[in-house]
Amino acid sequence: MSLYDIIFYLFAAITILSGFIVVTSKNIVYSAFSLLFTFFGVAGIYVLLGADFIAIVQILVYVGGILILLLFGVMLTNKITNVDIRTGTIHVLPGAVAVGVLMGLLLSAMVWTEWKTQPSETPVTTTVTLGRLLITDYILIFELLGILLLIALIGAASIARREQE
Amino acid sequence: MNITEIIVVSLIKIVLVIVMILVAVIFLVYFERRISAWIQYRIGPNRVGWKGILQTTADVMKLLLKEDIVPSASNKTLHTLAPIIALFVAFSTYAVIPFGPDVTIFGYQVKLMVADVNIGVLYVLALTSLGVYGITFAGYSSGSKYSLLGGIRSSAQMISYEVSMGFSVAGVLLLSESLNPQKIVLAQSGWMWNAILQPIGFITFVVSAFAETNRLPFDLPEAEPELVGGYHTEYSSMKFAGFFLAEYANMIIASAMITTLYLGGWQIPYIDKLGLGVTLTTLLQVGAFFLKVIFLLFFFIWVRWSIPRFRYDQLMSLGWKVMFPLSIINIIWVACLIMIFNL
Amino acid sequence: MLTEFGKIFVFVLLAVVFVAIVIFFAKLIRPSRITHEKTKIYECGEDAKGSPWVKFNIRFYVVALIFLIFDVEVVLLFPWALSYKEYGTYGFLAGIIFLLILGLGMAYEWRKGDLEWARPKITPPELKNTSNKTEKINS
Repeated sequence: MSLYDIIFYLFAAITILSGFIVVTSKNIVYSAFSLLFTFFGVAGIYVLLGADFIAIVQILVYVGGILILLLFGVMLTNKITNVDIRTGTIHVLPGAVAVGVLMGLLLSAMVWTEWKTQPSETPVTTTVTLGRLLITDYILIFELLGILLLIALIGAASIARREQE
Repeated sequence: MNITEIIVVSLIKIVLVIVMILVAVIFLVYFERRISAWIQYRIGPNRVGWKGILQTTADVMKLLLKEDIVPSASNKTLHTLAPIIALFVAFSTYAVIPFGPDVTIFGYQVKLMVADVNIGVLYVLALTSLGVYGITFAGYSSGSKYSLLGGIRSSAQMISYEVSMGFSVAGVLLLSESLNPQKIVLAQSGWMWNAILQPIGFITFVVSAFAETNRLPFDLPEAEPELVGGYHTEYSSMKFAGFFLAEYANMIIASAMITTLYLGGWQIPYIDKLGLGVTLTTLLQVGAFFLKVIFLLFFFIWVRWSIPRFRYDQLMSLGWKVMFPLSIINIIWVACLIMIFNL
Repeated sequence: MLTEFGKIFVFVLLAVVFVAIVIFFAKLIRPSRITHEKTKIYECGEDAKGSPWVKFNIRFYVVALIFLIFDVEVVLLFPWALSYKEYGTYGFLAGIIFLLILGLGMAYEWRKGDLEWARPKITPPELKNTSNKTEKINS
């Protein structure tokens, strides 16, 4: 096992362990806190894969944006600290079946896919390449993303406004 | 360079940078107190050491020996973690700041930065966005109304200004074509400092940096008249010192970022024309970097002791209605500049 | 590139270790004489009343929402900014259209008042009509 592998398994362990805590923790703020580490672990794996831009975006958007939104949502609900937020386990059988099927699908995908095994050379700067592609090949997608975000903005704001009234 | 040499050189650099941050923070606190005294026509600390220079060290010693009071209503784990997060964020941003050009010491080519990452600027932005957590958790876990209000106010303030900060940085990237701090510095050779080419972006970035570091006139999270101490109302001893240290370390990183992005980093315009030796030039350039940072730090302190605090609605409307549109205008301005002059 | 990220990793680890050591060291040498009074929440000398987790304005949440959207837009704008110079007018138009769409969202928020915060109302002090009283006294 090389150093690379050790670091990979370290990040993978961080991701899975903290993901487990997210699901099982009783205190919802602890869940949010361990979600932080889940995102970090995933970012670390992205770095190992040579996708530096994606890794930083993962931190910038997920940790710096979505998780903050989540925390705000949690804090907006009153009296959250001492309340036991545990949903309990219901629908065990359908849940187990659904998870089993999903896991089977993922495992079969893992087994049957022909993975690229040759050592991939890490691109020097992924960001510039990404920008080139965004301007040339995926220009339509770039602009559509702008429109999508506009729709999301208007939708989110109007829903929030309705709740305010 | 073989692998051991890389490790040794990196470790030396890391330790040097961490020590430098600590020393710089200690002196910065002292200078802040002296300068504020000077601005307000007082004397300031002048008893401990020569002209009071050891005052901060004494304060740290005092805080080390103080009892750590954790309120019974608080969430103890998060209460302890919050200052650690704040400090961790403040420290880890220093890894990508270039202090000078590449130098050759004892035959080794050494970069005057800890890590030369391609996406350095984004790394700093991402870690800055993590700074919100220390404050939010501090506010949430203390179990005090003042802390909670201070924490929430502060996080809303920080995320609001983060947007205009990001857009201002995009203006810099248009010119430098790289996210690497060292290349951004090199792109500003001669008089072509970004502060001159894109003054609007410079202003929006500086204002956002003030808001991100929670410094006056944007220090609403700890506005004493209404919120006592804001998110650190319930903190004492070393944990309080942690927040204090983080605030000043953030101030230094903000100054270093402004210098790197807008003031030409370690560059001195046209120094190569003087025909000085390589060693002397490098020394002067590193000195120039620190001088610029020190000037910006002085500016931070100067503003703090000259301008009154904003009201919260003023702060938010300044962020969203003035700084944000201005930073977008700045992007269009730079884009036009490149189109017209082929920079 | 990986070695550079490795350096950052080591730097971050050392920073965390340093902070932890300082806090642990302080724990060793400081006194601990906790009393009931000390661990009370500070509320200007009064006993704290009610839950500290007060319900706060939903505006904070709306701001976080708007921030999230614009954060994603910034992230999309960075790659564009980096390769802008190579494409001249074409790249310019691509960026300007994107920025215009962004500006549209901004204008919507502005118009709908999502960026407004409650301002302290300035009410001029009402002067009570005391003329009757004075008349009574005088009469």
